Amino acid sequence: MTTAAALEASGPAVDTEPIIEVSNLSMRFRSKRSETLALDDVSLSVMPGEFVTIAGPSGCGKSTLLKIIAGLTLVTDGEVRLYGERVTRPQREIGFAFQRSALLEWRGVRKNILLQAEMRGMDRRHAEERAEHLIELTGLTGFEKALPHELSGGMQQRVALCRALLHEPRVLLMDEPFGALDALTREQMNIEMNRIWRETGTTVVLVTHSVPEAVFLGSRIVVMSPRPGRIVETLVPGLPDEREYSTTLTDPRFTTAAERLRDLLGASHVAE
Amino acid sequence: MTDDPSSDTTTSSATRSTTTSWENRAMTTTHGVRPAPRARRAAAASGGTRPESPARGGRGATTVTSAGPSIGSRVLSLLSASWRPVAVLLVLFAAWWFVAWREMVPAYLIPSPGAVWQTMVDDWAMLLEHTWVTTMETIIGFVLAAVIGVATAVLLVYSKTAEKALYPLILFAQVIPKIAIAPILVVWFGFGLTPKIVLAVLIAFFPVVVSAVAGLRSVDPELLELSATMGASRWKTFRKIRFPGSLPQLMSGLKVAVTLAVVGAVVGEFVGADRGLGYILLLASGNLDAPLLFADLILMSMIGVVLFLLVEVLERVLIPWHASRRGNLALASS
Repeated sequence: MTTAAALEASGPAVDTEPIIEVSNLSMRFRSKRSETLALDDVSLSVMPGEFVTIAGPSGCGKSTLLKIIAGLTLVTDGEVRLYGERVTRPQREIGFAFQRSALLEWRGVRKNILLQAEMRGMDRRHAEERAEHLIELTGLTGFEKALPHELSGGMQQRVALCRALLHEPRVLLMDEPFGALDALTREQMNIEMNRIWRETGTTVVLVTHSVPEAVFLGSRIVVMSPRPGRIVETLVPGLPDEREYSTTLTDPRFTTAAERLRDLLGASHVAE
Repeated sequence: MTDDPSSDTTTSSATRSTTTSWENRAMTTTHGVRPAPRARRAAAASGGTRPESPARGGRGATTVTSAGPSIGSRVLSLLSASWRPVAVLLVLFAAWWFVAWREMVPAYLIPSPGAVWQTMVDDWAMLLEHTWVTTMETIIGFVLAAVIGVATAVLLVYSKTAEKALYPLILFAQVIPKIAIAPILVVWFGFGLTPKIVLAVLIAFFPVVVSAVAGLRSVDPELLELSATMGASRWKTFRKIRFPGSLPQLMSGLKVAVTLAVVGAVVGEFVGADRGLGYILLLASGNLDAPLLFADLILMSMIGVVLFLLVEVLERVLIPWHASRRGNLALASS
């Protein structure tokens, strides 16, 4: 908390500094017989307020990259800086959303969201107000007491999103959060995600292997190659922050970026 | 939500009403009446637009109670759940009665139900006293086994050293026939309650440890990662994530343990006692008092059944959310 507070106190000047800085990151997984290079010399800077999507084929190490930023996985080479400080252990000044919603089966919606507050020892009343606000923001009103198994996949992900946002983290890391949803629900979640990003001003890094999702959500799209994961290109379509399926999907900037991204991912598949 | 396409808003309100009716149904205690969770999940997975799922409308219509639990519906659902085993029991009872009535087997081998009942009525004070003794031994043994077992499991799961040092020994100790230890326990602890309780603990301990270890280990690794990003302490992670998550498996272990605890107490009484149902059983056996033998046996079984049911109730209270507690009768045999 001290870091975040200090950064906020020092005013808008820090906004020119990257909030996440990944430099020359390499990651090897060792098993008994072999050594796999999962990430190869990855460098990436994320500025405050950005929505960065990381797109790449399955198994390119993009989820690993996200877990390294969160301090959940230790790096082999290189370093990660979050809020200017080196990441050496699990970071708590972030929100993390998993591919599967990772909800506690025995807690209702509100209590699942409030887990964040209980674990952090946040002020209870403030946390409850905040949870109420997020429940409203994500359209979960009326389901406060429903258990996860009573919710659809999309609603479970909304709960996970509320939980990740409860403590107002300045950075939200999302690991294919909508990967398990059907196409329609996914589009809905993308629209909501875009709105939440605009309304909260949170910096978001979202990993996906969906081309439309990467372009629709990202203000910047980082494209990775198959294992060993390298950054092959960064796309900045220059779309307005507010995205709508009706207008965005037909926008030439969207189609150009999507086409380019599909080419890059397709080409890398051929190379594989 | 407000600036969303209207389709989603209608979806929400429709789901909302169905959820309320589920909650009501959830309160009808017997899980038999509850809707099929797997079907619901399937609906969720396939569409994401669950309210339109055809399975729901049909089920809502067939549900007995949607306005809340009434005593009548509770009794009905209890009856519908229990008439089959009761029927089987009655058939067995009739066969027993028939065999005794036609004197197909001498009465000193198989007494008539009437004679057994008469013994229970005549000697109720004596039998109650000894049932009480055995019940106490069993309960104390079971509770101790549960506490020590869970504590050991926590130690094994959190300390690699402890696991390496102790787990193989615990497994090995299970091979030792506990019943053979009973005479040693009598030598050590005398003829009082202690050796029976110790034996009950020894027998009931193993299923508790094994199920608790399995439960604590089965925690979703992503939940632990989540907990790490929340900066939670190990204790908080244990209390709010790991332990509650281990309850379903722990409860199965406890159910096995409670029936085994009865065995431990009774065997303890066989070896050396002047009180308890095991002691009465030996006496009756020595006197060829078949009605007393049978009455005694029935009471022992009752202890086991009642304690088992108590653990079931505990399970229902602790983990109403778990899949095993919201069973789907349609898929029960699949």
